Amino acid sequence: MDRPTDVASAAAPAVDPYDADRPLRLGCACGRHRSAAEHAADRTDLAAGAADAVTSLRARSEEPDFVARSNAFVEAALVKALFPHDALRRGFIKAVGRRTAQAAIASVLPVASLQAMAQEAGKPGTLEKKNLKIGFIPITCATPLIMAHPLGFYSKQGLEVEVVKTAGWALIRDKMLNKEYDATHFLSPMPLAISLGLGSTATPMRVATIQNTNGQAITLHVKHKDKRDARLWKGFKFAVPFEYSMHNFLLRYYVAEAGLNPDTDIQIRVVPPPEMVANLRAGNIDGFLGPDPFNQRAVFEEVGFIHVLTKELWNGHPCCAFGTSAEFIRTNPNTFAALYRAVLNAAAMAREARNRELIAKVISPQAYLNQPETVVAQVLTGKFADGLGNVQTVPDRADFDPMPWPSMAVWMLTQLQRWGYIKGGVDYKQIAEQVFLLTDAKKHMQSLGITPPAGAYPKFTIMGKVFDPEKAAAYADSFAIRRAA
Amino acid sequence: MSSFARSERFRAGLLSTLLLLLILGIWHLATTGGAAKAPVPAQNLTPEQIEYLKLMGKDPGAAAGGAAAPAVTSKSGFPTLAQMGEVIARHASSPFYDNGPNDKGLGLQLAHSLGRVGLGYLLAAAVAIPLGFLIGMSPLVYRALDPFIQVLKPISPLAWMPLALYTIKDSSISGVFVIFICSIWPMLINTAFGVASVRREWLNVARTLEVTPLRRAFQVILPAAAPTILTGMRISMGIAWLVIVAAEMLVGGTGIGYFVWNEWNNLSLPNVIVAILVIGVVGMALDMIFARFQRAVTYVD
Repeated sequence: MDRPTDVASAAAPAVDPYDADRPLRLGCACGRHRSAAEHAADRTDLAAGAADAVTSLRARSEEPDFVARSNAFVEAALVKALFPHDALRRGFIKAVGRRTAQAAIASVLPVASLQAMAQEAGKPGTLEKKNLKIGFIPITCATPLIMAHPLGFYSKQGLEVEVVKTAGWALIRDKMLNKEYDATHFLSPMPLAISLGLGSTATPMRVATIQNTNGQAITLHVKHKDKRDARLWKGFKFAVPFEYSMHNFLLRYYVAEAGLNPDTDIQIRVVPPPEMVANLRAGNIDGFLGPDPFNQRAVFEEVGFIHVLTKELWNGHPCCAFGTSAEFIRTNPNTFAALYRAVLNAAAMAREARNRELIAKVISPQAYLNQPETVVAQVLTGKFADGLGNVQTVPDRADFDPMPWPSMAVWMLTQLQRWGYIKGGVDYKQIAEQVFLLTDAKKHMQSLGITPPAGAYPKFTIMGKVFDPEKAAAYADSFAIRRAA
Repeated sequence: MSSFARSERFRAGLLSTLLLLLILGIWHLATTGGAAKAPVPAQNLTPEQIEYLKLMGKDPGAAAGGAAAPAVTSKSGFPTLAQMGEVIARHASSPFYDNGPNDKGLGLQLAHSLGRVGLGYLLAAAVAIPLGFLIGMSPLVYRALDPFIQVLKPISPLAWMPLALYTIKDSSISGVFVIFICSIWPMLINTAFGVASVRREWLNVARTLEVTPLRRAFQVILPAAAPTILTGMRISMGIAWLVIVAAEMLVGGTGIGYFVWNEWNNLSLPNVIVAILVIGVVGMALDMIFARFQRAVTYVD
């Protein structure tokens, strides 16, 4: 896989979704080199401190081909979601040719309007509210939202944003309901749960973008090094960040696949992510399925080891989302669009492998994640120590893919029903489409005179079983282990 | 007489200092004893192993040197006195820096906490002392309100917090409310007790002199009950200071409690210990202020 050297293709974006010959990710962990040795020889910017990292990243975001790359990123994300199996994508493109493929896909997906939305310069006079407070939990899932602050993406849109660190998910929920926060970092199922009135007063919340995909892991205490088979986990105590979280659903799914009933055979506790490592150390829990950087921190503190990355369970699963209340969107539409653009741009930058080490430098200080830089760097670059003596390289250990696919929402709804959080009939599609705002894109498309797409429900494969969003009710009923009604 | 007092104070001070030195000595021994395990010389490590060690924050080069090198990053083992000194010096040198909402200097965090405590405490005093007077002067009201006071008194601030957040819907007002509801009880009870135990003789004299009720309250009862009232206020201040730290850990934002929680997330024990020491010292200072007031109103019976 040679890096192109001629001028024309040197300006090409690093991800080319219409290239039938390459997978959508490249060689070394940063993506620019043919091998890890070349990569190591090229680490020029990294001796600099956090302030220099900010300057470098800002400079990169203002490069003219960042715009091109940003557009390419949006397009690549859409195509990847449409073809979750890379072999299918390559087969399709080989069969019909690049141009035809581009045209066919553009007719189905809102590519152009989303790209335009991502790049539209903010017209300052039209912003309804400039001073915003955005909440976040100090985990790497919130990277796009956090990094937009020091890198000036918010101020470029004319917004004065304060990103406020919050003590836990329950407080995020409360402060959104109180309107103390204008928008916030959510766990993807939370807007669904809050809109449905599970665990709080029913208030319509909306997901603007998914902030990250993958980026979690099951971490166990070091004393369980010989108990890596899930069937041996009877009686274990696990922690998850919140009841309505992908972590809870994935843990339950994983344990159920091993034949254990998560309600009776193991104990699942809610622990705020920052306290998970401390609880593991104190022996209160045997393991946790939690967000990074706490898995890596547990390894760093030598109290835990990484058992499995959630990428292995469902590659590309959504984790955290960036969302706000429906009322905020209704009363401040231009502000919301500006926020959306800022976070999309940040996600585009975070997606690029070559930026990840600098981003780790920028978000590790006390004001943001407050973790040692090497821990965050290991999470973002995907080259990490796993606690068992091995150095693993998994470049898409954490990925940033902003498309809020309604089929993801449908899967979450099926799991909410499987474990008894929702009782009775659920109109999956209607709720999913209401909450997961691909409709925002649809609205923009309608204003541009394009008919909105019907195809927004790609299928996913979770632990080997295919999930078809068209047959959600059957899927929800198809599990042997579930909560008795 | 004064030379005896001086010598006792001197001896007490000496004993305190010796105790402090003993504690510091034990700390020093406990954290620097147990030297590093025999380090594996670097030549015996494969490149993968060296990389692994580097990713785990250990420096394989130091192991080769053989000497017990200080930790590359202090990894949440209990900190040594040297590390503590360094951290204290860093905080003392710039206590008022402000890097945005999530990263403020220790001095600023303290100021936020003291502000909240001050507000909650003043509100509590404004309610407790008049109510205490009323309860103390009327045995009927005392009996009637007693069950409510006894039930509400033992409720922990952390139990009040969710209720406050849910109904008040604003986290800083909830914090102030929680301080109010927890620090009101000692003041209330002590005021009631102080007022009820004013000497009968003095009240009789006041009746003989036909003193109006208001004048009686301010010029007879208040000075008589003042020491007890101030004891109550002193206890309440201690409780308020305790509560604010817990409340801020739950709610976050700003304050010394939030600082402790933020540093705990990073498993940064030296910073947590510094914060604990600061909390203790400030609590002591607040108590000393009230002790001074108390001395001003004490009388020999």
